[in-house]
Amino acid sequence: MKKVYGVEVDCANCAAKMEEAVRKTEGVKDAALSFMTLKLRVEFEEGADADKVMKEALKNCKKVEDDCEIFL
Amino acid sequence: MTAKQKKVLYRIIISTVILAAVWAGTEFFRVPLWLEVILYLIPYFVIGYDILRKAGKGILKRQMFDENFLMAIATVGAMALGEFREGVAVMLFYQIGELFQSCAVGKSRRDIAALMDIRPDYANVITDGRVEKVDPDEVEVGTEIIINPGEKVPIDGIISEGSTTLNTSALTGESIPRDAACGDEIISGCINMTGVIKVKTTKEFGDSTVSKILDMVENSSMKKSRSENFITRFAKYYTPIVCCGALALAILPPVISLIAGMNPDWQNWIIRALTFLVISCPCALVISIPLSFFGGIGCASSNGVLVKGSNYLEVLASTGCVVFDKTGTLTKGVFQVTGVYPEDGYDSKSLLYYAAYAESASGHPISLSLKKAFEDKIDRDRVKDIKELAGHGVCAVVDGHNVYAGNMKLMDKIGASVRNVHYEGTAVYVAVDDKYAGCITISDVIKPAARSAVAGLKAKGIRTVMLTGDAHAAAERAAEEIGIDTVRSELLPADKVEEVENLLKEKSPGEKLAFVGDGINDAPVLSRADVGIAMGALGSDAAIEAADIVLMDDDPSKILLAMKIAVKTLWIVKENIVFAIAVKIICLILGALGIANMWIAIFADVGVMVIAVINATRALRIKK
Repeated sequence: MKKVYGVEVDCANCAAKMEEAVRKTEGVKDAALSFMTLKLRVEFEEGADADKVMKEALKNCKKVEDDCEIFL
Repeated sequence: MTAKQKKVLYRIIISTVILAAVWAGTEFFRVPLWLEVILYLIPYFVIGYDILRKAGKGILKRQMFDENFLMAIATVGAMALGEFREGVAVMLFYQIGELFQSCAVGKSRRDIAALMDIRPDYANVITDGRVEKVDPDEVEVGTEIIINPGEKVPIDGIISEGSTTLNTSALTGESIPRDAACGDEIISGCINMTGVIKVKTTKEFGDSTVSKILDMVENSSMKKSRSENFITRFAKYYTPIVCCGALALAILPPVISLIAGMNPDWQNWIIRALTFLVISCPCALVISIPLSFFGGIGCASSNGVLVKGSNYLEVLASTGCVVFDKTGTLTKGVFQVTGVYPEDGYDSKSLLYYAAYAESASGHPISLSLKKAFEDKIDRDRVKDIKELAGHGVCAVVDGHNVYAGNMKLMDKIGASVRNVHYEGTAVYVAVDDKYAGCITISDVIKPAARSAVAGLKAKGIRTVMLTGDAHAAAERAAEEIGIDTVRSELLPADKVEEVENLLKEKSPGEKLAFVGDGINDAPVLSRADVGIAMGALGSDAAIEAADIVLMDDDPSKILLAMKIAVKTLWIVKENIVFAIAVKIICLILGALGIANMWIAIFADVGVMVIAVINATRALRIKK
């Protein structure tokens, strides 16, 4: 399953860090964040609950970059 | 500017004014040190409070080594050492740089959004005799919608009423408007220019051309190029290394001096280390690379070339071999009379006349092209006894003459001796009253741009190969006419994959192979090649799905344009990488030696970023 979310982040380096943080979240198979379109594309593991996983992912993102937002 | 950016702008202005006032004040009046500190702290906090806060949070979360941390350490350090002006100025310039970057990125985002401004906002649906504006997403297949002049076509469909002229430039980059009338298919994303039309939708909005294109372009920057990945990895190691370098610079030389019994000169070395930190910020690199690729992709899409990822621009720029499928790619995929060879006693017109009349009852593409070439209206009373001779052709009585039209086997069968044998395309031999009268050749028409496209590729030293299912002789002839280097003919669809695999093995490792095709059969080949290019308008959905690059108007010369954009984008990327890294390294060395001061460090950080971003926006435009 794949989903696309809008994000807000200020710098390209932070975007790269966010991407890494989302990718490491449990239940996420792969993630790609485009700083240019401010869109985050997440591929979930089979059977993962997207909403739950994304809440966790956002928490992980906040850890690496305080000033960011994922519009769930 | 967004509200956030405006806020930063006000803070920049306010702190600049305060800084100038404090600077002037402390120059003219002797103030005690404690007052000076307090006075300089005012502009410092105005401009830098968010950075300090973020840096603090970063430390708490063990996420050090980000740019906030670097800036906080560098400026706090400078202030602590009594370099108040520099401390405030570094923070100020850093914020100016960030603001500039955020504006520049926002602007190119909007520029590209404007280039791709094809998303329709509504569809006019007739319900109970009233026209209603609804979300295109809610329109079901088979609904009749009305499109007024000036509106975008929201959903793919077939015109059921009215005729108009369509502007397809947003989709294809082609500026000449296209006429469309009742019964014609129209694709979403075009702009209706002249007449009111009714359209019966054939697809849902989500499956319509416009949705697919937007999806592709929006996702394109997710597929990251090698250079982007390189720079992300680079930044990951670069920042900690520079931080350690700065720490070493602050501690080692003074300690060594102490051991050697010399003056440790702590202050000097710490300032050098702080300069080091300011220079080290990796953002110029990290932002300018994706920005360049994004610009290149945007530029390509405004020219009717959809690129599905930055990585494909990279591959396209190093393509050494282009493999073409013939039908639909280099040729139009429609049959047309290309040669008429009458025997003595006949002329072109009369030969076509007999052939067209004999074939008048048939709906076969070849018969249709004969009738089209004949041009005049067919009078069905003049022809009778039309018989299809399966596998051979037709015979009929035209104006009282026995006419046979068909292949060589038919001529042999009736005993007409054929004098001229033709190999191009399909030949229709005609015999009148059992005597051979001449031959008409029908073939797929080569696209006008095919020749120039191939010539352009060859001029760049790129090898061209054509794959086709056609007979050997016909393929050779077509290749010669187009100017293709190598031909592989009589291929079944599965053979094409094999041929491409052989070509992939033959080429040198640095070179990439591009395959250009349009059919359903091409999908496996498109995905097998290093970069698959599909013809968008003629092409099947499967081909577009499998391809990495889609040419919206089926014009093979767009391949050249796409390569030009790719090469330019890659060049800009390389310029930025080399420029930014070189300036940073030089400044780092100068900083370590104590030659570069804080002001040069600010240039190395903010100045480099500004230049790199401006350079990156060049990728948005290309000379045609």
